[in-house]
Amino acid sequence: MTAALDTRNLTKHFGASVAVDDVSFSIEPGVTTGLLGGNGAGKTTTIAMLLGLIAPTAGEIRILGLDPAHSGSEARAKMNFQSPYVDMPKRLSVRRNLTIYAKLYGVKRPIEAVESAAEELQLTALLTRKTGSLSAGQATRVGIAKALINNPSVLLLDEPTASLDPDTADWVRGVLEAYQARSGAAILLASHNMGEVERLAGRVLMMKAGRIVDDGAPKTLIAKYGRDNLEEVFLQIARREEGVA
Amino acid sequence: MTASWGRITALVERQWVLIAGSWTRIVSLMYWPLVQIVIWGFIQSHVFNEVGPSTTLVALSAVVGAVLLWDFCWRSQLGFALAFQEEIWSRNLSQLLASPLRPGEFVAALMIMSFTKTLIAIAPAVIVAAIAFDFNLFSIGPVVYLFILNLVVFGWAISLFASGMIARYGQGAQDMPWALMFGLTPFAAIYYPVSALPDALQPIAHALPPSHIFEGLRAAVGEGRFAAADLAWATGLNCLWLGAGLVAFFLLMRAARRVGALLQIGE
Repeated sequence: MTAALDTRNLTKHFGASVAVDDVSFSIEPGVTTGLLGGNGAGKTTTIAMLLGLIAPTAGEIRILGLDPAHSGSEARAKMNFQSPYVDMPKRLSVRRNLTIYAKLYGVKRPIEAVESAAEELQLTALLTRKTGSLSAGQATRVGIAKALINNPSVLLLDEPTASLDPDTADWVRGVLEAYQARSGAAILLASHNMGEVERLAGRVLMMKAGRIVDDGAPKTLIAKYGRDNLEEVFLQIARREEGVA
Repeated sequence: MTASWGRITALVERQWVLIAGSWTRIVSLMYWPLVQIVIWGFIQSHVFNEVGPSTTLVALSAVVGAVLLWDFCWRSQLGFALAFQEEIWSRNLSQLLASPLRPGEFVAALMIMSFTKTLIAIAPAVIVAAIAFDFNLFSIGPVVYLFILNLVVFGWAISLFASGMIARYGQGAQDMPWALMFGLTPFAAIYYPVSALPDALQPIAHALPPSHIFEGLRAAVGEGRFAAADLAWATGLNCLWLGAGLVAFFLLMRAARRVGALLQIGE
């Protein structure tokens, strides 16, 4: 089976600084993989390289078997992403923004796709609103709707519930679970919410100083480190080489 | 409709809605060319009242035409560069570049919007020049369309370089579109012939397509002559400038990806 995402020896240097150091991993379809690490661990740089926003210094990326260096448009048509670091044009209505992105992603019936995504994320009443008038939580839901608009086979999520209240965040996690169950998509989830990762991810990649320092199912990692939950595992890995733990 | 054309029209739609939904943006587009033509139109009227028909007046008519034509270049350049910057200001550029949109499609969409905005911006000035100052740009003949096309394309060439610089060096380079055009203005032979420049600077003027366009304009207005050689030079040079602009844009975007500039581009 072709891996949904495959990286080999992925490396990124910014001058003398090494942001991502020889990272290799493969993600199968239908699996949610958590990408965990402290600030500066290399998560955002890794995701940006997968999206084509940063060029790797070395290494290879394959998205559904496609090399984005040569088939970038085709590869990106099958993936999508959500991130709190980007916005959609604030002066355009939610409907217009989602329709434009549906067209950019080559969705065959963009109007129907927008209606369907809006219904799934309970945005129907907001479709005529200007995107800039939305609350942070509403804007996050619009961002997730955009991320699902093309039924991506590979979905990259960076802190998807960061600005949501606990109730809405829980509901959004349910939406993501339902999406994956029906689409079989591979999801790469970068999050600092360990409860969220434990619930959604079948596998966790632990990053530190640009390297993957551990890889396994949440329960396996919890047992391996002799901890009660993933947050304690995260803290132990984050602190162990500084001699804190 | 091909997927590629679908993506281009989607981006054009995004930019069009931004303009069409904002009367302040439309007024702002029209304002500067209109004020320019009013100033030069009054100067022309004043000279006519003072000295009557003369060679000075003919020269001034050429200047009024040149002001209008130069605005095609300015507006085309700004229309492209500002549309690119709109995506940065709205923190939308990364979303676009992470979508299936290809760089060439992005450029094509910006060119279409640039041309549309240029027409919106210049149309009132052309009408005012004809009605209030008795200067009909199109009385020059069909060649004026080729003059306009060349100036629009040169505006794109400059804005491709400026936009690439902004992508690579961030908002610190956001004045580039204005600065580059303003810096080229003395050599573009808009208000005076190339021969008015010092000998040492004339090669710079000759390397710029607009100088040939404006020499051609003076020949058309002053002598009623179609300067085919000037037009040919302008077109040939424009091919080189546009090619250089495209190469610069793609290389600077590649460099921006290499140094990670696209992630912090709003800053």
